[in-house]
Amino acid sequence: MTVRDAINQGMDEELERDEKVFLLGEEVAQYDGAYKVSRGLWKKYGDKRIIDTPISEMGFAGIAVGAAMAGLRPICEFMTFNFSMQAIDQVINSAAKTYYMSAGLQSVPIVFRGPNGASAGVAAQHSQCFAAWYGHCPGLKVVSPWNAEDAKGLIKSAIRDNNPVVMLENELMYGVAFEFPPEAQSKDFLIPIGKAKIERQGTHITVVAHSRPVGHCLEAATVLSKEGIECEVINLRTIRPMDVETIEASVMKTNHLVTVEGGWPQFGVGAEICARIMEGPAFNFLDAPAVRVTGADVPMPYAKILEDNSVPQVKDIIFAIKKTLNI
Amino acid sequence: MLAAVSRVLSGAAQKPASRVLVASRNFANDATFEIKKCDLHKLEEGPPVTTVLTREDGLRYYRMMQTVRRMELKADQLYKQKIIRGFCHLCDGQEACCVGMEAGINPTDHLITAYRAHGFTFTRGLSVREILAELTGRRGGCAKGKGGSMHMYAKNFYGGNGIVGAQVPLGAGIALACKYNGKDEVCLTLYGDGAANQGQIFEAYNMAALWKLPCIFICENNRYGMGTSVERAAASTDYYKRGDFIPGLRVDGMDVLCVREATKFAAAHCRAGKGPILMELQTYRYHGHSMSDPGVSYRTREEIQEVRSKSDPIMLLKDRMVNSNLASVEELKEIDVEVRKEIEDAAQFATADPEPPLEELGYHIYSNEPPFEVRGANQWIKFKSIS
Repeated sequence: MTVRDAINQGMDEELERDEKVFLLGEEVAQYDGAYKVSRGLWKKYGDKRIIDTPISEMGFAGIAVGAAMAGLRPICEFMTFNFSMQAIDQVINSAAKTYYMSAGLQSVPIVFRGPNGASAGVAAQHSQCFAAWYGHCPGLKVVSPWNAEDAKGLIKSAIRDNNPVVMLENELMYGVAFEFPPEAQSKDFLIPIGKAKIERQGTHITVVAHSRPVGHCLEAATVLSKEGIECEVINLRTIRPMDVETIEASVMKTNHLVTVEGGWPQFGVGAEICARIMEGPAFNFLDAPAVRVTGADVPMPYAKILEDNSVPQVKDIIFAIKKTLNI
Repeated sequence: MLAAVSRVLSGAAQKPASRVLVASRNFANDATFEIKKCDLHKLEEGPPVTTVLTREDGLRYYRMMQTVRRMELKADQLYKQKIIRGFCHLCDGQEACCVGMEAGINPTDHLITAYRAHGFTFTRGLSVREILAELTGRRGGCAKGKGGSMHMYAKNFYGGNGIVGAQVPLGAGIALACKYNGKDEVCLTLYGDGAANQGQIFEAYNMAALWKLPCIFICENNRYGMGTSVERAAASTDYYKRGDFIPGLRVDGMDVLCVREATKFAAAHCRAGKGPILMELQTYRYHGHSMSDPGVSYRTREEIQEVRSKSDPIMLLKDRMVNSNLASVEELKEIDVEVRKEIEDAAQFATADPEPPLEELGYHIYSNEPPFEVRGANQWIKFKSIS
């Protein structure tokens, strides 16, 4: 099952289950989705439930939030999260903060989803990672699936959640196929928002990542295993609320921590993890400072050699792990 | 008799001789053509319905349009060979727009557009070489390989912008600077039919009109915003009227002369201090939205073929020139051959030129700043940043 089909299946099941659920965004209906994630849905559910919008992000995001306030359960797709910047006021000020501002009177059961972060050769304006930006805001939930079961379980949980949820997908992962465990095939398969998953057990070092870099961490772990280094790889799955407990428990076991993300280093997901570790019980178990592997601190360049060196590669992860372990 | 002689000589492939023949043939210096009347919004008069085309200008427009056409087709080829990556939005079919606009303004005027920008990058003065090398991500590219297809800049050409609609307030801002500097310059601010539904465009309209900015808003309406036809995206598809209080004209965007006259008219309006004006160019793109879009799921092949056979901008100019004795078929064919060679040479360069050096990854973050360190993928990887 590819990540694309998993998201498609998740949305299909939720559209079928609850008639209040609907999808809107650019090219989601007749074009089958800019990245074909919503393929077949318009054919099945029609104009009322699958809506093609004009190129008006601020407008249709606001419309989606309004519909959610009135009791519908919209899925608002941004063709990429880069374009969500046009609409970010509606996401934060109209969606995220409203339940708080109304002291619990007005909920906003909306999902904002779309591809996030770097793709391949799409240059500076189309490659930004928004995990830190959205993860910063109370009132929002932010999820970041890696594989197919993550994608299906999280989109379903996001749709059923009564809160605004931002789901940060990854364009390069859409076409990647994963084994789909039998429980994931159920129409009630949900992955809880706010729980990380340990993808690989290990004893020497904790490596935490979200989205596509999880795969790179597992690759690094395989390489290092041959040298006798056993990495414990944690797939964050949720950026906010972050499952710090799972990371802490792991660090208290391994005594070493490396975080990996595609976004920029300053004020990023890794920076938050490091801060939270320092504030909690795991700090005293660290044998070395925690280390972050991130995107390079530059707008994404176009030329391949520059782009390759602006995203975290397996070799950078391996290097960081060895440095942390003082090897 | 001349034709007979030329036939004999061309059989012997004697280029110099045929050149002599062409040169000695009497061409007209210029010709007058009727052009389509523009639909007007809040305007008493529009651009003229006839225009004079000189032989020199005609040959130049022909060469420029053919260059843009061939350059875009070469980009298509290079993309399929995976030598160009990422996004690639081609403008073949829309050549009359960039060439016609340039013919209606001065090099000291300003222009900004969205991502379907290769044609404008050329008409605003960059070479095919620099453009193709940017597309292939090499150091000889106009942005040293760091920008790619959507981020090419030149003097008085502000890109190349990836976020739909964002370039329109930018263009109004450039117009503000024009007014501020008092040199009678104007800014051509382009966007597509899809972008026309962006709220920020209406914000720009309002301020441009309020402050009488010398901004020519230009909607290149090629009937489809990616996969969405205009009827499915816009409550009003009269894009030339959507500036409401801003006067507008609807122009045949497949006729380079119509575009030229409309642009001259619009520029004169702005230079006279009357404030902004809006032009809708009705045009068509042969390719899909981008190289990842086959372009046939939301429109028919018949439609594309019909436009190609009836309204192709290069064909329209060629027919006009040949029929009015402004140029010969052979002469134009020669230009085709020269253009092909120029594109081929540029493509060779673009393929052979090396990628930018890794050391430059951190360059150009800030302007006018002393060198500093930029963090790479981890704290041990550092790049130097130079302005």
